[in-house]
Amino acid sequence: MIQLNTIADSPVTRRKLVIIGNGMAGARMAEDIIAADPNHDFDIVMFGDEPYGNYNRILLSNVLNGSQDAQEIFLNPLAWYDDNHVTLHAGKRVTKIDREQQVVYAEGIEESYDILIFATGSRPFVPPIPGTTLHGVFVFRTIDDCRNIAEYAKGCKNAVVIGGGLLGLEAAKGLMTHNVSVTVVEMAPWLMSVQLDEAGGKVLQQTIETMGIKPLVSTSTKELLGHTRVTGVKFGDGTEIPADMVVISAGIRPNKELAQEFGLACDRAILVDDTLQTSDPSIFGVGECVQHRGMVYGLVAPLWEQTKALAGRLTGTNPDARYLGSKLATKLKVMGVELASMGRIADLKPTDEVVTFAEPGRQVYWKAILRDGKLSAACMLGDLEPADQLVEYFMQDKPVPTRRLELFFGTGTKTQGSEFSLADMPDSKQICDCNGVCKGTIVQAIKAGKTTVQAVGKATRAGTGCGSCKKMVKSLIEAVNGEVKADPSESWYVAAVPLDKPTLVSEVKTRGLKSVSAVLRELGTGEDERSKNGLASMLKSIWGTEYVDERDARYINDRVHANIQNDGTFSVIPRMYGGVTSADDLIKIGEVAKKYNVRMVKVTGGQRIDLLGIKKDDLPKVWADLGMPSGYAYTKALRTVKTCVGTDFCRYGTNDSTALGIALEKKYQGFEFPAKVKLGVSGCPRNCAESTVKDVGVVATEGGEWEVLVGGAAGAHVRRTDVLCRVKTRDEAIRVIGRFLIYYRDNAKWIERTYDFVPRIGIEKLRDIIVNDSLGLGDSLDAEVEKTAAAYVDPWLERDKPAFAGQFEDVKTVPLPMV
Amino acid sequence: MPATLTRIPLCTLDDLPLGLGRAFKVGDTPIAVFQSRGGKVFAVDGFCPHKGGPLADGMIAGDQVVCPYHAFRFHSDTGACDQPGVCALTTYPVEVVGGQVYVTVS
Ligand code: SRM
Ligand SMILES: Cc1cc2nc3c(=O)[nH]c(=O)nc-3n(C[C@H](O)[C@H](O)[C@H](O)COP(=O)(O)OP(=O)(O)OC[C@H]3O[C@@H](n4cnc5c(N)ncnc54)[C@H](O)[C@@H]3O)c2cc1C
Ligand code: SF4
Ligand code: FES
Repeated sequence: MIQLNTIADSPVTRRKLVIIGNGMAGARMAEDIIAADPNHDFDIVMFGDEPYGNYNRILLSNVLNGSQDAQEIFLNPLAWYDDNHVTLHAGKRVTKIDREQQVVYAEGIEESYDILIFATGSRPFVPPIPGTTLHGVFVFRTIDDCRNIAEYAKGCKNAVVIGGGLLGLEAAKGLMTHNVSVTVVEMAPWLMSVQLDEAGGKVLQQTIETMGIKPLVSTSTKELLGHTRVTGVKFGDGTEIPADMVVISAGIRPNKELAQEFGLACDRAILVDDTLQTSDPSIFGVGECVQHRGMVYGLVAPLWEQTKALAGRLTGTNPDARYLGSKLATKLKVMGVELASMGRIADLKPTDEVVTFAEPGRQVYWKAILRDGKLSAACMLGDLEPADQLVEYFMQDKPVPTRRLELFFGTGTKTQGSEFSLADMPDSKQICDCNGVCKGTIVQAIKAGKTTVQAVGKATRAGTGCGSCKKMVKSLIEAVNGEVKADPSESWYVAAVPLDKPTLVSEVKTRGLKSVSAVLRELGTGEDERSKNGLASMLKSIWGTEYVDERDARYINDRVHANIQNDGTFSVIPRMYGGVTSADDLIKIGEVAKKYNVRMVKVTGGQRIDLLGIKKDDLPKVWADLGMPSGYAYTKALRTVKTCVGTDFCRYGTNDSTALGIALEKKYQGFEFPAKVKLGVSGCPRNCAESTVKDVGVVATEGGEWEVLVGGAAGAHVRRTDVLCRVKTRDEAIRVIGRFLIYYRDNAKWIERTYDFVPRIGIEKLRDIIVNDSLGLGDSLDAEVEKTAAAYVDPWLERDKPAFAGQFEDVKTVPLPMV
Repeated sequence: MPATLTRIPLCTLDDLPLGLGRAFKVGDTPIAVFQSRGGKVFAVDGFCPHKGGPLADGMIAGDQVVCPYHAFRFHSDTGACDQPGVCALTTYPVEVVGGQVYVTVS
């Protein structure tokens, strides 16, 4: 739908200002215009690719290392835009610009403009090496990246950061706080080669080594290894190291493509002149996406100057404002190491004079480059005592003192106290200098159960400043707490009920709990949607027809028996037993697809047909017109049975795989499990149905027997099946598979697929129980199969009698009363 | 723009499934109205600020509404999101009088 933003009945002619990009530069642009002239005549419209208000990107490092809450780094929440009459299209990416008509377009929205400003920033550069699309490989630019990295780090042991620049080191520091061991890989011979010279880089390297991070310099990364998840990193010299996650921080690239595509002059970035105008007089640019006098900046200071100058010009409050380039002097704290840098340290001429001071014991290193009696560049590490003075010389181009040492020692130096070892430290010894937290306070918190660095930080604020004391906090936790204890919740079936599955099942049976709300009331300690779904599935299998089906315990997919799509519509996949269909069914599917304007008809990876893009209100009608049973592509249940053509047609087939597949699907359709279950049946060892990567696979042998395989998958996780047994007949295969399925259903944790369950129990033990009946469960497993099969009702029959109010109704429109 | 508040009859209590939500569009405002298992009726924005998940298709977990797309949670009273940096939902006052549900929108 196209939404036109017309300017409302405003008597004065207002101008429309559109800003593309809602990052540091874009938002500051809007702020500066409002500040320059609160009565400005612009209608300001902003597009931001990220679905949020505006946040302080440079504090993301703090969010990643847990010292700040993401909430705290927001500069302009959405309310700011409303309050300042700025229209923000958050989460909308501009994809097209019509420069002639002066209109920009973003998915469903078009906005005309009088003035357009590019503030599209830059994006991380991902080197073109194999493996960068694997799971567990991240970049570090946005709040979403932060969230994803922190989430993924939970289960990880080894992280590798590619790139030893400012951001790479910040990422490394952030990862440290998530208790993973971190290696930083840098191609250059030293770290932070932009800001530091070799000697400085080596000092920094020592400092981070003592913090427990492993730096690998002069090392090029050749490949990220792994099948679906990253498992290692391979270097140019052929060596490999293990990695459960990788953060790539190999530089940034300006987002200039949109400008380039629509004809603006670009080089490394979008070209702007001293008025910040691009090659189109109605279009301007600010921030990391622009190139000005040959420079593309990667820090925030220049963009503050740019937005201020441009706001002055556009509002007419300073019509002659020009941006002449920025001199960069930054003070940073990298992993708790203080660092200052100004000018280009690598730019050294033979006639330059270099003044250095080093104090290796305290890891202090200062270097200044003087050209024509002025300070042209400097870097400082470990102690920034003279930094302010140097910045002054640098920014103002002041002649430096003739006694050069006064550059550094103009104000004299201070001394610091000596270090203690952890155990000898008195309780009063300050550990966190930033927040003044002493050892005693931290030890108390640990004893009170705060056993992670983050938890201690939350309780005491220790480690939440520069973070350099976190390692000590960690050592204290280890010293006080000994080894980290195993988490009992590991064995629970779902998080909301603190019981393992066998105990939970027996409690449910003895107390006669037949609904999710009853279980939560009697046994629960919390309530969350995952647990509710898990309990619903379990109760249904325990109670069969007696189960009290409360739909509020189910995800939307399970409530309406279809898969919700990213636009709120649904997909419909009817059963197609064994992947076999008929001309009549295909015609019906085709007719339904036409009648309901199905957006896409797709052959799925599971040998059947998906009708995508169906409106909720149409679901019952579609099902009725199809007249086919549900394919259960949504619930944690039996999904598909993939087959090959087998003996009926194939010259190699030794068994009728198609018939077995159809029989299995008819028998086990509608069975719900702790996770989805997919089957495959192949008519010979060529294995065309991919049976060796299914939850249950069957392969006919050359001798005409059936080999039954379990525990395979080829999705996010790839695992080859284990052989459960060989059987002679089709009926035996169906029976042993039924026993396996019920045993899995009743003993697996919620969301535990067979690829985790089978190795957890062990294939020998499973074979004993299921094939040799070592526990004497055989008959009861068979009985469960029959009971569950008898309880099966095609859920699509709810088309005739909805299970709850509004089940198949879309948005209801209620008009506002006319005034 | 001065906000004019309008209180309008929306549906009956029976139209709201127990423990679930329903989607409405009141004038131009999409809202999701829920009836919790405890009998509390409340109304929030119709779409999730993250990537536009239809919240009426979500679930209730305790005091929170869970988005059906990526499971961000929003408090039923304040609209606050559990995920850092995600803006809160607008909540709309709801009254139930004699089985009739009224909502106030601006
Ligand atoms: C439609 C289909 C893709 C297609 O166009 O072919 C599909 C679509 C989805 N798959 Fe799949 N999978 C489809 C075949 C597969 C296959 C291939 C197969 O079944 O032979 C696999 C790998 C085999 C396996 O599972 O071992 C597969 C592995 C996954 C996974 C990874 C599971 C894992 O634990 O490794 C997920 C994610 C999950 O389940 O958590 C997933 C999840 C999904 C979901 C349900 C994601 C979601 O929650 O929305 C997708 C629904 C899309 C939608 O909105 O309709 N899908 N998915 C296929 C439907 C098959 C069918 O007829 O029912
Ligand atoms: C972790 C981290 C730490 C940093 N630390 C420091 C520091 O300590 N000091 C310092 O000076 N700098 C630091 N920086 C750099 C600083 O953040 C950037 O210089 C600054 O953000 C640049 O601002 P910008 O507005 O040009 O780009 P951005 O802030 O990236 O904003 C651009 C926005 O435009 C959006 N966008 C792009 N294309 C489109 C489109 N077609 N349609 C709609 N929206 C679009 C993007 O999604 C993005 O939100 C850091 C950066 C990171 C990532
Ligand atoms: S691979 Fe599966 S889950 Fe991923 S986008 Fe495709 S259909 Fe969706
Ligand atoms: S759209 Fe709601 S959580 Fe993503």
